[in-house]
Amino acid sequence: MLRFFHQLGSPKHFYRIAGRWIPWLAALCVLLMLYGLYQGMVVAPTDYQQGDSYRIMFIHVPSAWMSLFVYMVMAGAGAVGLIWHMKLAEVIAISSAPIGASFTFLALITGAIWGKPMWGAWWVWDARLTAELILLFLYLGVMALYSAIEDKRTAARAVAILAIVGVVNIPIIHYSVEWWNTLHQGPTVTKFDAPSIDLRMLIPLLIMAVAFKLFYLLVVLMRARVEVLERERNAQWVNELVNKS
Amino acid sequence: MSGLQEFFHMGGYATYVWSSYAIALVVLVINVLAPIRQRRKLLGQLARRQRRERRKP
Repeated sequence: MLRFFHQLGSPKHFYRIAGRWIPWLAALCVLLMLYGLYQGMVVAPTDYQQGDSYRIMFIHVPSAWMSLFVYMVMAGAGAVGLIWHMKLAEVIAISSAPIGASFTFLALITGAIWGKPMWGAWWVWDARLTAELILLFLYLGVMALYSAIEDKRTAARAVAILAIVGVVNIPIIHYSVEWWNTLHQGPTVTKFDAPSIDLRMLIPLLIMAVAFKLFYLLVVLMRARVEVLERERNAQWVNELVNKS
Repeated sequence: MSGLQEFFHMGGYATYVWSSYAIALVVLVINVLAPIRQRRKLLGQLARRQRRERRKP
């Protein structure tokens, strides 16, 4: 087990092991998404208040959760890279940024599309929406900063610091619906004792959440592989790999 | 209305629901395709470099 993690830390082995996982992750992710969508779009009942418009939830909520989760992974991996100079952590951090930006974008856009029929407005400047928009800018800032600095290792360090500073935004997003009066509805799932949501809606929501996590894992591995290849372009093993292909 | 029609109608919210899902699909697909394309491009680059270097000495 220890050897496994040690190997995972070396770029060459990471490239190989990740390459082996990717097809399985992809298959599992697609199956889970299809099952979740079937449960959510067909089996789950119509909401008594929001009609069928609530079905946007099955992508909106997992996207929003993932926008926060990916940020924490990015900042965490960035910190590990800063402290222990672990190259793979740097790679994971920077590979996470575009995926996190995608989830944030999805959360915002599906929220707008859901907001129009329910609130009567595509966008309102309330705490949660604004903080989520700032999150999108943080992701974009990380990506821009990384590509602006020539030396990848310096860039990774700069990006890690930006990502860590941006962590203050995460609790603001999470608690925004409790701290401020807002149009956005409060949490219905994480209330511990009794989630105020029908089980037939909750189950597909959780399935989609797991599917989105798998999707992140899949894409972050794909991106990290390319990043590793790019950084190791002068290494012997990359030469051999190119030779074989 | 038949079952299938009703399904696509989404209780009158069809535009909102289906546009959300379409956008999500596009974003997810782009996320998968981008690293595949980048990897191919990079491997192509490296292969060309290798051929150049082999010719040199």
